[in-house]
Amino acid sequence: MSHDVGTWIAAILTLCVFSFLYRDNPLYRFAEHLFVGASAGYLLAVQYQNVLRPNVIEKLQRGQFLAIIPLVLGILILGRAWERTSGIARWSLAFYVGIYSGIAVPSYLQAQIFAQVADALKPFAPGWGAVSSALVLLGFLSVLAYFFFSAPHKGVHGIAARLGIWFLMVAFGASFGYTVMARVSLLIARMQFLMRDWIGILPGA
Amino acid sequence: MAAEPNGFWRRVLAIDRRWIFVLIGVGTALPLLFPVNLPVTPSPRVQAAYNAIEAVPEGSLVLMSLDYEPDIMAELQPMSIAVLRHCFRRHLKPIILTLYPAGPRLVEMALAIASEAEGKRNYDDYVFLGYKSGNQAVVLGLGENIKGLFPRDFYGAATDTISLMKRANSFADFPLLINLSGSTIADYYIRIGASRYHRPMILGATAVMATDYYPYLSSGQILGLIGGMKGAAEYERLMGIVGDGRRGMDAQSLVHLIVVILVLLGNAALFATGGLKRRVGGGA
Repeated sequence: MSHDVGTWIAAILTLCVFSFLYRDNPLYRFAEHLFVGASAGYLLAVQYQNVLRPNVIEKLQRGQFLAIIPLVLGILILGRAWERTSGIARWSLAFYVGIYSGIAVPSYLQAQIFAQVADALKPFAPGWGAVSSALVLLGFLSVLAYFFFSAPHKGVHGIAARLGIWFLMVAFGASFGYTVMARVSLLIARMQFLMRDWIGILPGA
Repeated sequence: MAAEPNGFWRRVLAIDRRWIFVLIGVGTALPLLFPVNLPVTPSPRVQAAYNAIEAVPEGSLVLMSLDYEPDIMAELQPMSIAVLRHCFRRHLKPIILTLYPAGPRLVEMALAIASEAEGKRNYDDYVFLGYKSGNQAVVLGLGENIKGLFPRDFYGAATDTISLMKRANSFADFPLLINLSGSTIADYYIRIGASRYHRPMILGATAVMATDYYPYLSSGQILGLIGGMKGAAEYERLMGIVGDGRRGMDAQSLVHLIVVILVLLGNAALFATGGLKRRVGGGA
C-alpha cells in the first residue's frame, strides 16, 4: 500500500465517486461537493494570478494606465448581478462579441468551410484511393441534401437525403464507438491508479 | 406448471444494471492484473503523426500545446509522454505550454517521466512556459510574439534570457506544431496555426473528439492524428516503449468485447420478447 497521504486521499475520493454506481449516497455527494468547491477555489486563484495580477494590477503599478479600459469593461460585466444595472453589461458583451467575431469568422471560413469544400471536391486519388475520394464526395453531397429543407425530400432529392441519413448514421456509430472507448479508458486509468499507485499490486509506470 | 414464454429473455431485460457495472469492473481489472499483451498495430493516422516528427530536422524547435486536465489525462497523458520522448530522442527542442488552468502539474509530470527516460534537461533541451488564460487570443498571440505573451516561463525565468527562447518568436520559428487537446482548443490551432500561418501540425485528441478531426486529416490541414488511449498505445508501439497506453489495451479489448456481447444480448432479448413492437406501437 502507498505511504503517500495524497494518494490515499485520491484513492478514497475515487471510491466515494464509484459508490454512486451502487446508488446515490452521502459519500458520493461529499466527494462531488468537495470537487466543485476545490475546483472553483483553484480556478479563482489561478485566474487572479494569471489574468488579473499581470494584466491589470502589475500594469497599473508600472504606470500603464491603458489597463484601466479592460478593467472597466470587466467591472461593467458585474452589472448583470443587479436588475437596474444589467443593461450596462451589454456594452462589455458587445465589445467582446465584436472582437471575437472579427477574429473567428475569417479563420472559421478559411479552415472549416473553404478548406473542407476544396478537399471534398479535389480530383480523385489514383487507384483504390479513388473509392475513398468518391465516398467523401458522395457523403458530402448527400448529407448536404439532407440538410436542405427549403424543398420537400421527394424524388431525386429524397433519395439523396435518405442516403445522407445513412452516412450520418455511420458517422454517429463511429462517434459512439469512440465514445465508449474513451469512457473505458478513463475507467482503466482509475483502475491503474487504484491497483498500482495505491494498493501496489501492478508493476510501476 | 408451464414455463413462462421467453422467460430467459425477460430475465435478461430485467437484469439489475449494477451487475453490468461489476462485469465491466472485473473485465477491466483482470487484464491489468494478468496481462496477455495483445498486439497493437499502428494505424496510418498515428504513423503519419510519428513520421511528421521524424521529418523535423534535429535541433529544431517544436511548439507543444498540452491542453487537458485530470479528467481526461487517462487518454492524453500517455500520449504526451510518448510524443515528448519521441521529440527528445530526435534531439528536437520542445517549447511547451498549456491553455488549461489545471494543466501545468500534468505537464510537469509528463516532462519528468520523458526527460528522465531520455536524459534531457530543462532550458537545455526544453522550455515549459506554463499556463496562459485566453484560449483563442493566446493562439493568435503565438503567431505574433511568444515572448510578449509569456514574459516568464513556468518557473519564473525571464523568457528573453533563456537561450532556447532566443529562436522562438512566433509560429514561423517552429517547423511543427503539436497540439494534444481535449477540447475545441484544437480548432483554434487548426484555424490559426495550421490554416492562417500554414504551419505543419499534428493533433492528439480524446477518442470522443477523434472522429470530428478526420476531415482535417483528409484535407491535409493536420498531418497526423492520435486518437485516445488506443492512439497513445499505437504511438508507444512505434516508439518501442511500454507506457500506460499499451498497458491498458488488454483491458480495453476485453471491455469492448463485453460491451458488444451485451449490446447483442440486449437487442436479441428485445426482439424475442416483442419489446420493440410494443415500443414502436406504443402498446403495453
